[in-house]
Amino acid sequence: MLVVHIAFYIFAALAVLSALVVITVRNPVRSVLALVVTFFSMSGIWMLLAAEFLSLILLLVYVGAVMTLFLFVVMMLNADAAGRREGFTRYLPFGLLLVALLVALMVVAFGSYFAQIPAPALPAADFNNVAQLGAVLYTDYAYPFEIAAVLLLAAIVAAISLAHHAPKRRKSQNVSQQLRVRRKDRVRLVKLPSEKRP
Amino acid sequence: MISLNEFLILAALLFGLGIAGIIINRKNLITLLMSLELLLLAVNTNFIAFSYFLKNEVGQVFVFFVLTVAAAEAAIGLAIMVVMYRRQGSIEIERLDLLKG
Repeated sequence: MLVVHIAFYIFAALAVLSALVVITVRNPVRSVLALVVTFFSMSGIWMLLAAEFLSLILLLVYVGAVMTLFLFVVMMLNADAAGRREGFTRYLPFGLLLVALLVALMVVAFGSYFAQIPAPALPAADFNNVAQLGAVLYTDYAYPFEIAAVLLLAAIVAAISLAHHAPKRRKSQNVSQQLRVRRKDRVRLVKLPSEKRP
Repeated sequence: MISLNEFLILAALLFGLGIAGIIINRKNLITLLMSLELLLLAVNTNFIAFSYFLKNEVGQVFVFFVLTVAAAEAAIGLAIMVVMYRRQGSIEIERLDLLKG
């Protein structure tokens, strides 16, 4: 058994166990930390698949940014763990059944065909995953790449405009209120008795 | 070398755990979002495994885009959660019934 094989099984066992912890543990903070472990071990698996760039991106972006965001939100919201277990045992059999069915289905589906695909030869010493990925990303997929950038910008704007609430000091028009105004709100007719001419 | 089957079975296990997380945790929105992250992770692992074994790097480009969309989804989902907590004082899913659906 190769060293690579042992590393794969260690990473895989760690990933599955920590994923199990993510969905079963009571405390949301521990759940987030277990998800960090899952991401770590899956990034090791991706490294074994010669996807170094994506593996490091998973560590930097997911563990570094997204999981930190999750942790911030969990700690900020102070989600009570008390009511969380309700329905847990009720839905547990369905969950287990579904997992067993899905995994068995996939294993049966893979078994015959995909085992025949041979593993490619180990990459050469000057193999550069980043250069290989960039050569495709910036030529054939330049347009989707730009769209992804715009999508991220839209996500930033949406997230900030949703969660930001500053005290309102601006004086701005409320157009709907302006349109809703009727004549009787603004115009008051006053009947003045006409004066006698002297 | 490790065969493709082992990677696919690992991804299937992770995907199943993600779906089980969605089914089991019906109360907490945060765990639901984390289960979604697990599902995306499993799908990305499949993409990368096929990209490696079929010697086609386009799969990795696709994973790149999936990661982008997943990050955007997590950010907006958490922002919505913060707004919901501010309005209702809890993030329980049963209270997401403003639309009477």
